[in-house]
Amino acid sequence: MLTDALTLDFADASAPLPAYSGRVRAAPRRARPIPTAPTSETKPTVQPATDDIDWSAVLLQVRDTRDSAAFAALFRHFAPRVKAFLMKSGADATLAEECAQDVMATLWHKAHLYDPARASVATWIFTIARNRRIDALRRARRPEPEDLTWGPDHEPDQADVLAQRQDSARLGAALTQLPPKQRELIEQAYFGDRTHTEIAAATGLPLGTIKSRIRLALDRLRHELK
Amino acid sequence: MTNMTIQHHLTDDLLLGYAAGTLPEAFGLVVATHLSLCDECRARSEAFDAVGGSLLGALETADLAEDSLQATLRRIAAGPPTERPRRSRGLFPAPLQDYVGGDLAAVRWRPVGMGVRQSILRTDRGATARLLYIPAGAAVPDHSHRGRELTLVLQGAFRDEDGRFGPGDIEIADEAVQHTPTAEEGLPCICLAATDAPLRFRSLIPRLAQPFFRI
Repeated sequence: MLTDALTLDFADASAPLPAYSGRVRAAPRRARPIPTAPTSETKPTVQPATDDIDWSAVLLQVRDTRDSAAFAALFRHFAPRVKAFLMKSGADATLAEECAQDVMATLWHKAHLYDPARASVATWIFTIARNRRIDALRRARRPEPEDLTWGPDHEPDQADVLAQRQDSARLGAALTQLPPKQRELIEQAYFGDRTHTEIAAATGLPLGTIKSRIRLALDRLRHELK
Repeated sequence: MTNMTIQHHLTDDLLLGYAAGTLPEAFGLVVATHLSLCDECRARSEAFDAVGGSLLGALETADLAEDSLQATLRRIAAGPPTERPRRSRGLFPAPLQDYVGGDLAAVRWRPVGMGVRQSILRTDRGATARLLYIPAGAAVPDHSHRGRELTLVLQGAFRDEDGRFGPGDIEIADEAVQHTPTAEEGLPCICLAATDAPLRFRSLIPRLAQPFFRI
């Protein structure tokens, strides 16, 4: 079981966090055990097969039970990518490390705001990292739209959560299949901090479906909030 | 709050720039304010976020510092940042209230002539954001643009060569647009506008006044 694997490898992280309670809600249907590497190891020789992990379920464990082992697993997967993102955007290694730690700490603190029907964990982390980048590199504020968060009793529909996962997977596949030049343009738009009117079309990406799905989730949320 | 009657929406390049985090702060403020009113654009915006998420997920990893996780856990133990829930019940959506320091009553207006008032909001230097107050029936002086101008209606409505713009609508004008927005009768028209270059007025008096008012 996923949580069994998670508890094993957190023993060495000595931190004043609530102990792992062992209680899991809505256990993920299928998830490979997360490889148990020591936390100080930054570059495992064999890349773990993390593609199939349902990161939404792992993050919900952090949200619901403040599960520090689940957090450690998220950290090992995403923190090195957040750092890479910040370095691609022009931060030096020291600043990128500091910001990456900050982004992951924000993930813990704001876990209750995560809505698995609207965004993948990667997308959610991207938005936190992007905002941190604007703050750190441009020294500008990031105006954000009003919060639309779930009420205390609400759980998103499992079908919506699954649909979001499928959409995200399709988008990822579509991105890897783009002609290299086009993919490069899109990467520059997101990582290169330059203007990009001509890239806006993002042709060939299944953004319409994703948009409709998010729209539906927003409609339901608005309804909930009334 | 959300508005079902919005006719004029954000363009893909603005949404992409907002998702990528590359817009000047003043433009970001107009976008965030519109997204607070318009679920259609908010959904499009979050779809562009998803592209960023996919790219981030596929990145080659960078090496972390040796004590990276422990250092992060120490940050967590230091406590969460204090944040209040951001949802507005006033006229201005939450992101705009953050910049004004309150709702409509908190705006410090300055007259710019012919009953029109404005208030410049503090943002970074890439572009300028301002609130505009146009009395019902009045016109904003005839002007064209060197750069781009975004105008978001918050109350009332205006008309110009491109049509009618009511609450929540956003007009995106570029260099080619020469327009004379006129407020409709009824409520005074209140707009949030951002420009990335000074406007060009056609008549002499506003042109002379321009350096003083930063229109």
